[in-house]
Amino acid sequence: MFTSNVPSTNSPKTSRDFGKIILSFIHELGEFLFFTREFFHWLFQRPYRSSLIVQQMEFIGVRSLPIILLTGGFTGMVFGLQTGYAFRLFNAGSFVGSTVGLALTREIAPVFTALMVVARCGSAMAASIGTMKVTEQVDALTTMAVSPIHYLVVPRVVASVLMMPLLTGVFIGVGTFGAYIVATGLLNIDPNAFMQKLTYYVDFDDVFGGMIKAAVFGFFLSIISCERGYKTTKGAEGVGLSTTQAVVISSVSILIVDYFLTSWILEFFSGDM
Amino acid sequence: MQPMIQFQNVTKSFGTQVVLNHISFEIPAGKLTVILGPSGEGKSVLLKHIIGLMKPDEGKVIVDGVDLWSLSDKERTEFRKKFGMLFQSAALFDSMTVFENVAFPIREHTSLSEEEIKSKVLEKLKMVGLEKAIDKIPSELSGGMRKRVGLARAIALEPKILLYDEPTTGLDPLMTESINQLIYETQKKLNGQNSVTSVVISHDVESTFRVADLVVLLYRGQIIAEGRPDDFKNGKFTHPFVKEFLRGHFEKNI
Ligand SMILES: Nc1ncnc2c1ncn2[C@@H]1O[C@H](COP(=O)(O)OP(=O)(O)OP(=O)(O)O)[C@@H](O)[C@H]1O
Ligand SMILES: [Mg+2]
Repeated sequence: MFTSNVPSTNSPKTSRDFGKIILSFIHELGEFLFFTREFFHWLFQRPYRSSLIVQQMEFIGVRSLPIILLTGGFTGMVFGLQTGYAFRLFNAGSFVGSTVGLALTREIAPVFTALMVVARCGSAMAASIGTMKVTEQVDALTTMAVSPIHYLVVPRVVASVLMMPLLTGVFIGVGTFGAYIVATGLLNIDPNAFMQKLTYYVDFDDVFGGMIKAAVFGFFLSIISCERGYKTTKGAEGVGLSTTQAVVISSVSILIVDYFLTSWILEFFSGDM
Repeated sequence: MQPMIQFQNVTKSFGTQVVLNHISFEIPAGKLTVILGPSGEGKSVLLKHIIGLMKPDEGKVIVDGVDLWSLSDKERTEFRKKFGMLFQSAALFDSMTVFENVAFPIREHTSLSEEEIKSKVLEKLKMVGLEKAIDKIPSELSGGMRKRVGLARAIALEPKILLYDEPTTGLDPLMTESINQLIYETQKKLNGQNSVTSVVISHDVESTFRVADLVVLLYRGQIIAEGRPDDFKNGKFTHPFVKEFLRGHFEKNI
């Protein structure tokens, strides 16, 4: 009566399984590109949903501030500590300012901020859109002559692209401040020398490059998360799966995109240096 | 009479399961058409094809002379302004209050003032007997209440074509009666200008045969009977399932 199915033992991966994985990857990638195309199609359509955008900006920007302040501050402090100890060995303590400044603006701040926003907002985007999908609310939008991409996806992506650079700026600010506190207060590095090296080595291009990165990360993390949510099937379990996928795929993508962006930015900006 | 909706040889499968199997039929304009059929036979799928939530694997669905799938994304979205739809699951926006749910299509597609929106929403909510639940959110409502809010939302813009997926399932007999009446009246109200076409999925055979202009019976992916209520009563359809499905209903009525 209640004979349970014996779980089939995992068969060893054959080349056929591997082929299947590749095919499904290509399939998913194609779907994603199609989704992105639809996003751009709806991006500039009226009506511009400014109140939804503002609402999302509040969610992504304002309400991420505490976590960004916290992670930014401590990252800067740790960084200040590590580089301070190392540089002091060579009597080059003042270089903490420039090192931390450059690392923060170019890499750490945009990447860390993006990862924090993925964890906080990317997951929420996938979960809320996913829930709407499996409860037919997305279909309901469609039947009411409202494009779900226009109503749900565009505001989230736009808000994310706009807020990521700001959050990154905050991260840079508190990070540098944290490093400054540790370097000058704890490691007795000369505050003037710290500031001098910081301002000498970190220039506008570095900050600008970091902001561009942040905006690009903001685009990828939000569109990936929305796409995962939008493709949700199979009820509550599906929503959980989409949320996990949104976080994992966004995070990995950010690091991959970062590599290519970095090489592009280095080439682009070192040309006129 | 010019048909409002035409199914032309429509086939739809999910994996290996064929849900709609080469279906062709017409839904007349300005009439109330009821789709009957056993559970899980594709009634909701059929309805979703009318509004383009699902795309036929084969064949065409023509609405008001237009094949939805020959339109661009933007045009298709625009075209759906003709419709109002009540989902089987009601599909209310769970982050919005009852008021905001019903106001949603009005806000989206008209430029009415806040006052006008308010009176319109109240009017629709009164029709479904829910003017008191205006500030509740969907998770605070019972299933039947959600259905009724969904109904108010579907008729909010007084669209040209109304699709109802089991509007009275889960309601008590009195409420069933008044919702049936509401659908009937909504359909008749503008009938003079020949404007409302209603398609109702129902399990309620009794009232179906009372209010419907046209009855369509879906069975195993095909339309096995399609005609006026009288055609059914007079035994025009010989398919054995028609008799089985309607058994017990006509003896009482006739
Ligand atoms: N999105 C989908 N994916 C896969 N199968 C589906 C999907 N939608 C519907 N089906 C299948 O199509 C069949 C018909 O479903 P449908 O919802 O149209 O039934 P129904 O006639 O409305 O039943 P009920 O009266 O119970 O609502 C079912 O067997 C269902 O499993
Ligand atoms: Mg159904």
